[in-house]
Amino acid sequence: MTSASPAAAASASANAPSASPAALALARAAHWRWWELALFAALPLSWLLLPSQSLLLNEIAIVALFAVSLDLVLGYAGIVSLGHAAFFGFGAYSAALFAKDVMPDPLVGLAVAVAASALLGLATSVLILRGSDLTRLMVTLGVASILYELANKLDWLTGGADGLQGVVMGPLTIPGTSLAGFAFDLSGRTAYAYSLVVLALVLVLARRLVHSPFGVSLQALRDNRLRAASIGISTSLRLVVVYTIAAAIAGAAGGLLAQTTGFASLDVFDFHRSAEVLLVLVIGGTGYLYGGIFGAIVFKLLHDLIAAWTPQYWNFWLGLFLVVLVLVGRDRFVRPWTWFRSGRAAR
Amino acid sequence: MLTLLFDGVAYGMLLFVLAVGLAVTLGLMNFINLAHGAFAMAGGYVTVLLMNRVGVPFLACLPIAFVVTALLGAVLERTLYRPMYARPHLDQVLFSIGLVFMAVTAVDYLVGSMQQNINLPAWLQGRLPIEAVGIGKYRLFIIVTCAVLTVALQWILSRTRFGSRLRASVDDPRVAGGLGLDVNRIFLATFAVGSGLAGLGGALGAEVLGLDPTFPLKFMIYFLIVVSVGGTTTITGPLLAALLLGIADVAGKYYVPKLGAFIVYTVMIAILLWRPQGLFGRVAAR
Repeated sequence: MTSASPAAAASASANAPSASPAALALARAAHWRWWELALFAALPLSWLLLPSQSLLLNEIAIVALFAVSLDLVLGYAGIVSLGHAAFFGFGAYSAALFAKDVMPDPLVGLAVAVAASALLGLATSVLILRGSDLTRLMVTLGVASILYELANKLDWLTGGADGLQGVVMGPLTIPGTSLAGFAFDLSGRTAYAYSLVVLALVLVLARRLVHSPFGVSLQALRDNRLRAASIGISTSLRLVVVYTIAAAIAGAAGGLLAQTTGFASLDVFDFHRSAEVLLVLVIGGTGYLYGGIFGAIVFKLLHDLIAAWTPQYWNFWLGLFLVVLVLVGRDRFVRPWTWFRSGRAAR
Repeated sequence: MLTLLFDGVAYGMLLFVLAVGLAVTLGLMNFINLAHGAFAMAGGYVTVLLMNRVGVPFLACLPIAFVVTALLGAVLERTLYRPMYARPHLDQVLFSIGLVFMAVTAVDYLVGSMQQNINLPAWLQGRLPIEAVGIGKYRLFIIVTCAVLTVALQWILSRTRFGSRLRASVDDPRVAGGLGLDVNRIFLATFAVGSGLAGLGGALGAEVLGLDPTFPLKFMIYFLIVVSVGGTTTITGPLLAALLLGIADVAGKYYVPKLGAFIVYTVMIAILLWRPQGLFGRVAAR
């Protein structure tokens, strides 16, 4: 937590370096809040207290992980992406193919999925550096569409439109021990525990990242890229790094999905996925890292509720929800007490 | 070969008419409207339903499709879209995706999810009897109609009083308002005409592109390609981009069907990487 900006460095020269106001502010922002601790405590509790809901909870954890990765890109770096499913799907197919053709160990498979998606993120990150919001929308959408087409056409590798079937995962072993490991069971207990551990690990790492000087400089370039560049922040490099990290996390989410369901289909690259994860993140709120988790819980529960009532037309209500959400205002939506005030107070 | 070129041109002209409304809202008004395809779908369904259920002749359906979608566009602009103009792009994206999802499901619910067929009148079926070049009569009809529309649009934008008012409102809404132009009404009219053109394009294209409830999602990326590759400052940019896209897509699907839409997306990304403002856009970012 040394100097985060020239301003901090300048004031640091007046006082002792460790007591500069900017550094103190950074350190204060990085303190663990009580609700963060409560959230982390709630993760294992949900595994213990709701054993019959493990399959649904597993889905929620995966969507939450996916949304957290989008939050790094959208909430912290301010890049609107319509193709984040590219990395999710790439991770899913990598994990599934690795388990099918190379070895069934889930941990190695997950590492492969993460590495593959990170490479893809690194390769495509040059595409998002230039142009306006529209250009970035088009390029991210284009990358996801290309991968969709590839997965569709390379049917000798990916199974085409039928999806990649017959993925059998080995038991989950803990590295360094000689225990037999936990097999993935039908009730999803192992799967959910596995996803939870990955989610918690990613959250801790991402939390460390966004409170570091790197994360703070990302927010600076989100708010005003020109100004950030002119105080000496290398914006392109930072965008490349955060995009790669977010791609790796999205790949982990996709890998988890493929491993815990034993299946990867074209659906993982679909436009719906990218739109859905945007919605999940927006419901929970962007730019504070935990939005994805709350959003995923609300979204999946809503989905279950509405889909049970009208399975075929669930998308209509999803669309209506989006329209109302934006018309009311994303900031106000999570603060019900502002709904009936005049517009001036809320924005 | 020439037939392919001809079909490509017809396809491109169709894409242009479909996307030109988007070029105005997105390029001139700087509003990211992913729901543009929904208006095209509305026009297509109006035509199909009128023809198949009421028995209105095809030529009469086209202006009806235009008017109905233009009215729909005007109502939506006045009620839903206008507050969105000043919002960040993320809000606009979410909002218009929501509209697309609603439109897709609503049509699925009301009409059904099957592909709709259109029965062209006899004089538009078949091919012209020219040796070596097979020219579909309907393709020719599309090209002629779209060319007339393009010329008319270009004339309206560059020569009429409304055109100069629109350009003024877009360049600087505050100053235009200060000079006594009713900016809101100009935007309303523009949005309505853009939607109407999309509806007309949807009606014309129902035969060529196919019409089912997923239409707005399937062609969303194509419309966006036309606008973003063509650049948004002129009307000729999107036209050339649409022709290029149409020819590339038809030729690509004919010669290398294995790759499908892959080529189109790759070329789009390459062009945007090379010129982020589009092929014919001006360099200054808005």
